[in-house]
Amino acid sequence: MIAADNSKIKILVGKPGLDGHDVGAKVVVRALMDAGFEVVYTGLRKTPSEIIEQAMKEEVDVIGLSSLAGSHIHFCTKLKGLIDQYGLKDKLWLIGGCVPKPDHAELKRIGLDGIFPNGSKLEDIVDFIKENA
Amino acid sequence: MSSPELKKVVNESGIEIQPLYNEQSVEDSGGIEFIGEPGEYPFTRGIHRDMYRKRPWTMRQYAGFGNPVDTNQRFKFLIDNGQTGLNVAFDLPTQTGLDSDDLRAEGEVGRVGMAVDSLRDFEIAFDGIDLEKITVSLTINGSAAILIAMYLAMAEKRGYDIDKLRGTAQNDILKEFIGRGTWIFPVDASVKLVGDTIEYCAHNAPKYSPVSVCGYHIRESGCNPAEEMAYAFVIAKAYAHEVMKRGLDVDEFSGRLSYNFNIFGNLFEQVAKFRAGRSLWAKIVKEDLQAKDPKSMWLRMIAGGGGGGLTFEQPELNIVRGAYYALISALGGTQTMALCSYDEAYTIPTEYSTRISLRTMQMLTHEMGLTDTVDPMAGSYYMETLTNQMRSKMEETMAEVDAEGGIVEMVRDGRVQAKVSKQAYQMQLDIDSGAFPKVGVNCFRIDEEEEKEVEFHAYNTKDAELQVDSLNKIRASRDNDAVAKALSQLKADAKADVNVMPAIMEAVKAYATVGEMTDAMVEVFGRYQEPIRF
Repeated sequence: MIAADNSKIKILVGKPGLDGHDVGAKVVVRALMDAGFEVVYTGLRKTPSEIIEQAMKEEVDVIGLSSLAGSHIHFCTKLKGLIDQYGLKDKLWLIGGCVPKPDHAELKRIGLDGIFPNGSKLEDIVDFIKENA
Repeated sequence: MSSPELKKVVNESGIEIQPLYNEQSVEDSGGIEFIGEPGEYPFTRGIHRDMYRKRPWTMRQYAGFGNPVDTNQRFKFLIDNGQTGLNVAFDLPTQTGLDSDDLRAEGEVGRVGMAVDSLRDFEIAFDGIDLEKITVSLTINGSAAILIAMYLAMAEKRGYDIDKLRGTAQNDILKEFIGRGTWIFPVDASVKLVGDTIEYCAHNAPKYSPVSVCGYHIRESGCNPAEEMAYAFVIAKAYAHEVMKRGLDVDEFSGRLSYNFNIFGNLFEQVAKFRAGRSLWAKIVKEDLQAKDPKSMWLRMIAGGGGGGLTFEQPELNIVRGAYYALISALGGTQTMALCSYDEAYTIPTEYSTRISLRTMQMLTHEMGLTDTVDPMAGSYYMETLTNQMRSKMEETMAEVDAEGGIVEMVRDGRVQAKVSKQAYQMQLDIDSGAFPKVGVNCFRIDEEEEKEVEFHAYNTKDAELQVDSLNKIRASRDNDAVAKALSQLKADAKADVNVMPAIMEAVKAYATVGEMTDAMVEVFGRYQEPIRF
């Protein structure tokens, strides 16, 4: 039943920047697929414009980023500019990975809807998307 | 065997654990044929006869951040605190072959490691450090050929005899495609480059270890401990075949191959992994690769506390985990040890946290008697049985890889990446459900408000600006005709499919940059396209 509902939601999981840690991103992709969502994974080392380009081409509802090398504020700021420019404000925007608490307020201010730092449960990510997308 | 009321226990590698072991268990698992004496084939008990009694393991905390000036200070701090080797962390632009002023490097210069653009940066980073006393390990892969050349050129400039220079580069590109992700060139060109470095070092820097084959990151990416060793061995064999097809004899290089393994999880399983792995690698080198020199059969390794075992929750517990991991590493007979520090689930370690890691290792050598006697776990029925069983598991995985067409093929089409990422997913499901217990994470949790905040390593954008300034100064002051000539030679050699190391050495000495040399090779080799496969 759940799968049937979720299949209408399309999610892009992106890896911005040079960060090579993709264990978590791939785990989340699998969890979202198992929950029935349609998922597109960008692969490593994408620039903000490449991520936005793919999100528009694939017409996704959700943009999820994975960041473990500390450059999340830098990339989210860049992405924010592109999101505004291309009118993608209606997309649900999430980030996960090594995203420490002191940065959460700034990320919320930039426009992130959901923050899932290390230690987050997969089902919490699934539920958040189900409720908000 | 066990009583029906006892819960079944199976370790991560898939071996069922009995509540009691005896002489019969050892016999049933294959006996003691593969134990032997330390320092003798098949080296189960250690690669040296006297092991730590003669020389304790090298302590080599991973360090590097900001620009070479910052990193040089951290190196000296660690050496002043009793560290006996260096393990250099490079920033992501350096690791992926970009200069610090490249647009794609924006926001990442000096962030997770030291920024390096030219030989000048190596001169600064290692200034005042005695390269004979302190051996240096470079954690570099995609751009390893360039950074090895920089290290050799820097040492040569300072008057060291390259013939006798020791040191290590990680330079294991096949595992970068599986985990860690700092690849640059396509798979075949990448393996060729590893071959070039091994061949060049065998002829020019015979004491230098050009490759440290890493099970470590494949384990972090999801595989189990037995598979960690098995994948490392099939990868090492792929590099060995690459240079042997060029006519190099196995005894000319195998003694300088080294390994990097991970430690987290079950203590006994990890110790057995190292003992089993040593004898299996020795057998592979002797029987499959036909080596004659016993040194070629040594499984020399750095084995360290893995980041994958540390937790975001109750981070101070990671200090305790690190202590157990160090104990496992010592019981496993490592040559070099490094520990992830307790704050590494959050940030790159501070001086405070990295010193705790160093002191953890020093406690083992100075207080706990871990250097007194060789292979203290030997002779335990459990340990010997498990060692035999772990070896069989590793052999099974190696045979599976062969049956699937070999590791290079499996990496090329993304099969092995998909396999380990599926395992990582299953592990996360088991952690989420509590089926795989993790203290502080899915059991014995504390309230969020009680969680201690860790101190963050501050990223200083000023360091990145200084790095770009110094890069511009180098570009303005060097002989640019010599650089252009060296780069065109590098391209020509890459095209002609000859060893590119001599051309890289020349370019490095002319102060060509990491980005310029990488671009020259990308023109010929192309770039890796990641297969997306689930």
